[in-house]
Amino acid sequence: MRRVTSSTLRIVSQVIFLLWAATAVWAGELGNSPLHTTNIFAPSSTPAKSIVELSVFVLVITGIIFVVVFALLAYSVVKFRARAGDAGREPAQVYGSTQIELAWTIIPILIVVVLFLATARVIHTIQDAPQPPTAIEVTAVGHQYWWEFRYPNLGIVTANELHIPVSDPAHPTPTFFKLLSADTDHSFWVPELAGKTDLIPNHPNRMWVDPHKTGVFLGQCAQYCGAQHAKMLLRVSVDSAKDFEAWVQSQQQPAIQDERAAVGRRVFDGNACMNCHTVAGTPANGRFGPDLTHLMSRGTIAAGAAENTHNNLRLWIQDPSAIKPGSLMPAMKLNDADLDAVVSYMETLR
Amino acid sequence: MSAITTSFPDAPRGWDLPSRGKVAMASLILAESAIFTIFVVAYLFYVGKSLTGPTPREVLATPIFYTICLLSSSLTIHLAAKALQRNYTRLFLGLLLLTIAMGGLFLFGTAQEWHRLIYEHGLTISTNLFGTTYYSLVGLHAFHVTVGLIMLLIVALFGLAGRVGIKQSERVEVLSMYWHFVDAVWVVVFTVVYVIGR
Amino acid sequence: MSSNAITVPAVQIQDRPWVDKLHQWVTTTDHKRLGILYIASALLFLVLGGVEALIIRVQLMHAHNDLVSPQVFNRMFTMHGTTMIFFVAMPILFGFANYLVPLMIGARDMAFPRLNAFSFWLSFFGALLLYFSFLGGSGLYGAGNAPDIGWWAYAPLAARAFSPGHSSDYWTLAVLASGFGSIGTAINIIATIVSMRCPGMTLGRMPLLAWLNLVMAGMVLLAISPLSAAQIMLLVDRYLGGHFFDTQAGGSAVLWMHFFWIFGHPEVYVLIIPCFAFMSEIIPVFSRKPIFGYPVMVGATVAIAFVSMSVWAHHMFTVGMSSYANSFFTITTMAVGVPTGIKIFNWIGTMWGGRIQLRTPMLFSIGFLFQFLIAGLTGIMMASSPFDWQLSLSYFVVAHFHYVIVGGILFALFGAFYYWYPKMTGRMLSESLGKWHFWLFFIGFHLTFDVMHIPGILGMPRRIYTYEPSRGWDTLNLIITIGAFIQAIAILVFVANLVISYFKGATAGNDPWDAWTLEWSTSSPPPAYNFASIPVVASRRPLWDLKHPEDPDSRYE
Repeated sequence: MRRVTSSTLRIVSQVIFLLWAATAVWAGELGNSPLHTTNIFAPSSTPAKSIVELSVFVLVITGIIFVVVFALLAYSVVKFRARAGDAGREPAQVYGSTQIELAWTIIPILIVVVLFLATARVIHTIQDAPQPPTAIEVTAVGHQYWWEFRYPNLGIVTANELHIPVSDPAHPTPTFFKLLSADTDHSFWVPELAGKTDLIPNHPNRMWVDPHKTGVFLGQCAQYCGAQHAKMLLRVSVDSAKDFEAWVQSQQQPAIQDERAAVGRRVFDGNACMNCHTVAGTPANGRFGPDLTHLMSRGTIAAGAAENTHNNLRLWIQDPSAIKPGSLMPAMKLNDADLDAVVSYMETLR
Repeated sequence: MSAITTSFPDAPRGWDLPSRGKVAMASLILAESAIFTIFVVAYLFYVGKSLTGPTPREVLATPIFYTICLLSSSLTIHLAAKALQRNYTRLFLGLLLLTIAMGGLFLFGTAQEWHRLIYEHGLTISTNLFGTTYYSLVGLHAFHVTVGLIMLLIVALFGLAGRVGIKQSERVEVLSMYWHFVDAVWVVVFTVVYVIGR
Repeated sequence: MSSNAITVPAVQIQDRPWVDKLHQWVTTTDHKRLGILYIASALLFLVLGGVEALIIRVQLMHAHNDLVSPQVFNRMFTMHGTTMIFFVAMPILFGFANYLVPLMIGARDMAFPRLNAFSFWLSFFGALLLYFSFLGGSGLYGAGNAPDIGWWAYAPLAARAFSPGHSSDYWTLAVLASGFGSIGTAINIIATIVSMRCPGMTLGRMPLLAWLNLVMAGMVLLAISPLSAAQIMLLVDRYLGGHFFDTQAGGSAVLWMHFFWIFGHPEVYVLIIPCFAFMSEIIPVFSRKPIFGYPVMVGATVAIAFVSMSVWAHHMFTVGMSSYANSFFTITTMAVGVPTGIKIFNWIGTMWGGRIQLRTPMLFSIGFLFQFLIAGLTGIMMASSPFDWQLSLSYFVVAHFHYVIVGGILFALFGAFYYWYPKMTGRMLSESLGKWHFWLFFIGFHLTFDVMHIPGILGMPRRIYTYEPSRGWDTLNLIITIGAFIQAIAILVFVANLVISYFKGATAGNDPWDAWTLEWSTSSPPPAYNFASIPVVASRRPLWDLKHPEDPDSRYE
């Protein structure tokens, strides 16, 4: 078999590195369709932007280190290859060199100092940012496998889909989160808005976002929390000030009392649904499952596992494991009539 | 292919390396120290954090007498090992049995303490954070004392049968290292549980 | 083979009935046989862990795939991680240490041969216990269930409340058992190296493999013990109603994380340091030069051992520690890169000015250097905690640590196989199969793990059994899966090489590579007693001195 030369090795590895770098750049370009992608290099919020600035600095330095060391490695493989006439002769036996050792100890130490100082600054500006009085406060509670969002100052409780106002740099209105958990560990990760922070029971955490663009930003739970960790999705709608106001107004209302849904409401109240779910303004005030008062204001159900359509809603109530096997909502085993009635009731909860 | 006879250079004089038994026991002690450190860290971290139930101040009684027993047993085993090195086998045996007796007394004291805590104060491992960390830490130590006592008993049995002499003195020394470790751990546990943690 | 190589007549081995041979293997206390038992059992579990990986990769090949249910998927990644760390990497490295350390220091066996055997069988039992969970995992619930809590078993997911049945207990007990086996082996390695070196072999004249295994063993004592302690605490919680990690009773889930990572981070250095040892033996021989900077290599390794005990919470940057804590762990994590980088430079310095022979062990070593460099640099990226707030818990981390473990550790191990297989069996592995193995694995590895960084950057978290098609992760995952299968084929080539060469490989003789350390001065395979007479050494390369009496190393050290 033809001997594979080290220059082939060098070329192959250079090509691979270039491909890697190119795809990373391409990945950065991708962040232009805000509905779908979640690219950490397409930041839309202050903490995410600070992270990108720092990460570019780190990437440049590590890139330079890679090029230098790789060049030395490749050069040595090529230049100091054993040639045919070498048999039996040993090269000069060099044991070491104190100067060289000092050089390649001190230079890395200096690089570490520089990297650390740059990093420490960003740690501090993100983590120790003071909360301005204009901030929106949200308490996020992680559950297996859905997100509870409470706005203590606005009297709003919702689930899975978060609405926050866009923040104008002149008059910032960031959103400050308190992160709690009702059961196991979770992690709140919306890459284009901020780095992730965990939700850990008995260990409240704090994070903030300061979004600069309106739009819908996606994310999902990043800390393995059990069977349906994969489908604990996040949807953050960054609204203009006006839209946010309108949303707050509608969310603050108790549930719409629609006469046509009376049958469904009776099924809901009589079948233990109210043990887990809250519908504001009715006796249903369970906290184990998501608040359903304004269910129809959400685009998805089951924490993003399915679109909020009639059929999906029906399927979800009939057999949650068809959409999200391992979810903690039990199959309610309703007959068809009751099922349809309840779905009609749900569809009145705008 | 010419065969080169492997003739190595002459041996250096006095090639003395540390005894493998002592090195091994030192290594074991290092590992065990790491295990105990974690239990101590958990204990200290949870001081004052129990949500319910009896607190250390309410229920703990400082076991001074039994502590003295255990720590003195370090002295007796040290003297026992020294005696064996000089071939005073009867003295060795006597001191060894004394060590076992004092270690056994310590265990008895622990058992007595636990009986009181469980039946008079209702403190068990599942009562609260204090109960969990207390019984785990003290229990882990008591377990190590028990293992040590069993080893000492085995040596005592062989000793009573006349089989332990000066040739076994190094092994006895290795065992006494373990016993000293167990006592040192008790000093730490005592300080953490009965002094700091109260 | 150079005419300088030392020849020693092969030892005659008596032929016996297969029952006797089996009995000898099962009851052996000989370090060479136990070494081979460790390696063989590790290879078995490498295949099982690899199958688990392939199941994961096929499931993730495209969005909304349904090869396996989420429950089965979660068991797969838990078992894959647990198997690879505890029942492949640790045993195989202990196996090589067991085989090589006594030979390289001129001893006849390890310090405590029976403890050696006990430690192996305890670890092997742990592995069997873990895999038995597929049958017995749910206990009274009647169904088999492997653990599904991730290989870190975070609280409170590992508590009784969230993990009923026994699957988590199989994880705990299996790893606890193997942990005790590891501590036993570590004690043995330390006692052997400290107390049983041959005359003349001062600590400064020990082969680097011995030094690095000594450091590794010391780290095992300090790193495995915290995990064992935490697992005992977990058992107290699960069975005695304890509250160590019970957040409802005021306990702390973060405390488990600290304890786990106080083990978990030094553990990865425990795994890589013996691989540094292989590189430090192989690269000099195939560059025909001594290792560049022997004292610095020792010092850097000791520095790594110490510093690496202080970096653990870089696995917890997202947990909500204070900015001071995050800064502290940032600087210690970056600092540990300095001695590690020094080692890379010293290996390149060894190659510099040499006469490099690109035989298979050296190909894998060069692959190691290239990949370990990249892995170290992605590690520096994640050391910067704000950057880590994005990268952590995503496929970027998965790519990083597989780059270290597969691109670093496994490549170094392959090098070690090709280098020492002749010593263990008396036969050379096939060079041409070796090159097929190398290039197939290299291509598959890079296809999978280079690309894998990208989904992480694009927001794909780890430990998810499926994902939404709208995220743009499909094609990337497909490429990653294809690379995994290419690596699987390469492993098959490797296994074929191991088997075929055992029967048909060229006779190795005792010193096929014209090397310089003591193991090459005895026959291949060595007799049970290793050396006819205990060697005496006067330098770091005793066989160089014998082959070059006009210019011995002892003159320069």
